[in-house]
Amino acid sequence: MKIVVCVKQVPATESKLQLTTDGTDVNRSGLSFVINPYDEFAVEEALQIKERLGTGEVTVLSLRPHADQKPEEALRTCLAMGADKAVLLSDQAFDGADTFTTALVLASALRRLSFDLLLCGKQAVDDDGSAVGIQVAELLGLPHVAVVNKLEINQGARTVLAHRQIEGGIEVVEAPLPALITCQKGLNEPRYPSLPGIMKAKQKPLEVWTRDTLGLPAETIGVAGAKQRVVRLEPPPPRPAGRIIGGDAATAVKELVRLLHEEAKVI
Amino acid sequence: MNPILVFCEQRDSRLKKVGLEALGEARRLAGGAGCEVVGIVIGASIASLAEELARHGASRVLVGEDPGLTRYSSETYTAMLGDAATRLQPVAILMGATAMGKDLAPKLAARLKTSLAQDCVALQMESDGSLLGTRPVYGGKLRAVVKAVTPALQVVTLRPNVFSPIEPKPASGIPIERLALQANPDRPRATVRDVQQTAGSKIELTEAGIIVSGGRGLKGPENFKLVEELAAAVGAAVGASRAAVDAGWKPHSYQVGLTGKTVSPQLYIACGISGAIQHQAGMSSARTIVAINNNPNAPIFKLATYGLVGDLFEVVPLLTEEVKKLKAGS
Ligand SMILES: Cc1cc2nc3c(=O)[nH]c(=O)nc-3n(C[C@H](O)[C@H](O)[C@H](O)COP(=O)(O)OP(=O)(O)OC[C@H]3O[C@@H](n4cnc5c(N)ncnc54)[C@H](O)[C@@H]3O)c2cc1C
Ligand SMILES: Nc1ncnc2c1ncn2[C@@H]1O[C@H](COP(=O)(O)O)[C@@H](O)[C@H]1O
Repeated sequence: MKIVVCVKQVPATESKLQLTTDGTDVNRSGLSFVINPYDEFAVEEALQIKERLGTGEVTVLSLRPHADQKPEEALRTCLAMGADKAVLLSDQAFDGADTFTTALVLASALRRLSFDLLLCGKQAVDDDGSAVGIQVAELLGLPHVAVVNKLEINQGARTVLAHRQIEGGIEVVEAPLPALITCQKGLNEPRYPSLPGIMKAKQKPLEVWTRDTLGLPAETIGVAGAKQRVVRLEPPPPRPAGRIIGGDAATAVKELVRLLHEEAKVI
Repeated sequence: MNPILVFCEQRDSRLKKVGLEALGEARRLAGGAGCEVVGIVIGASIASLAEELARHGASRVLVGEDPGLTRYSSETYTAMLGDAATRLQPVAILMGATAMGKDLAPKLAARLKTSLAQDCVALQMESDGSLLGTRPVYGGKLRAVVKAVTPALQVVTLRPNVFSPIEPKPASGIPIERLALQANPDRPRATVRDVQQTAGSKIELTEAGIIVSGGRGLKGPENFKLVEELAAAVGAAVGASRAAVDAGWKPHSYQVGLTGKTVSPQLYIACGISGAIQHQAGMSSARTIVAINNNPNAPIFKLATYGLVGDLFEVVPLLTEEVKKLKAGS
């Protein structure tokens, strides 16, 4: 089974974010970056499938979202976890993509790789787009199952059976391979790279592909091809100043219930 | 001006509230721009839903009804909505940011090669007819105001519980049209084989008006009953922090936060939750937040509308009693 995992490098979730002077982006210099947490589930799942089947190949694929990022570090971590090879898509022409042009470039790269299964995260925790995986599938004409927390592969029938959470229940979805799955927490517990894994990762292939490799017209990709523009980023509206309700527990609880009923009018 | 399309999700012939919220928001946007609001509903036994859409603001309704559509299919729904969009050339397509909406919207936007804004918390129509969507990014630490590169249309999902439906009004004579089933049998597709009801979760977190959540401060799974009793008293859904979920006290479907669910209730009561940034990511857009925590420096108090510094084992049962008294009196 050949599996490709799309991995995005994102600012660490604890990062203090500052805006660029034009207010449309986050200043990335000085930030530390990590593998998107949902993509770790995807990498782990790929490795477990390979281990379970006893054969296969896991390729990790990352598109550099921004000139100030070095996703090769994220890819090396995936190789250290046990992935077999990595492809980095890196070109100024790719920068400033929206979810659509991100999906377009990833799809174009995927056409050059062979695979039975594609895994993505359900969401990148920087743009919170919750879109790229599904859009890659659509652009490649493949079925997808999104936000999956349980996955079974039926190699003989060449199908997958996936569980996804919906409101109040679980949808059990079957799809023929090749298919794309977006991964949700609950699927597995991602492993940490081992020391020998880290040593081995240095020898594993990491290819860099550019716009030329993919032969994509510049006007269709990156910021030029984007369907969407960020007008501005802003802090969330400040919450009205809260108040601490003092007094002994009984008095405070009475006051709280009164406020919830009369002031906030929520109970 | 071209119409706004609103896809109103139904499951088991029941409309989701967020679909009506989307219709209400579309009406508000259309009012300024003078365009039509076209409601769309897709499913198996849904004929009676058309009128409900009309009463909630649709000036025209498209019904994609077929006995084969008892379950959601991303491929079929995309084909049907894509077809409607190609014919009607809408300025925007709105739907709820539910499990279904968040699955359908990206596929539809990719098929129409257009802009997508997931999980919007505010929308605004510019004078030139372009739609500005405001959506939380970076786990809610920032909001992005986004716009389709003109003159493209925008596919938008709306966070549940944020927008208001209109006051329903009688709607007779609203045109109702059938939407042809777009089968595309050649496309490989994902098929829903089964839908399993999760036991216990009476009120779904993402739709709940009130949520009571418990964290590590509860000290053990058995103490979740304090949270559950309070929830039962106020009519709330139960949530949990990741620490509580990772400890195995509650399944992941209860988790609120960055790697759990994003909720937007009228009232969120956090019991024994510190309020880590990743927890906030899932609940900071709640209208009113109550924090019960014995550490006055817990970050949750920075967010809380009302904070109660105290031992939850004392406070929560008292609160349950007090709420019961209030309900009994009113
Ligand atoms: C990538 C990533 C993703 C994450 N995603 C999520 C997520 O989706 N959701 C999430 O919740 N977290 C998430 N986390 C974890 C988050 O950082 C916190 O560790 C977690 O939220 C802490 O849970 P907690 O508040 O229950 O526990 P703690 O931080 O341990 O807080 C317990 C609180 O209970 C209080 N307390 C203790 N005893 C009592 C008592 N008797 N009475 C009253 N108060 C008491 C304490 O003062 C403390 O504030 C994520 C972390 C990472 C790195
Ligand atoms: N630049 C990228 N490189 C590789 N994969 C990506 C990239 N952007 C998004 N993805 C994949 O798509 C998923 C969803 O991203 P998003 O739609 O941005 O929330 C991520 O979890 C990744 O698996």
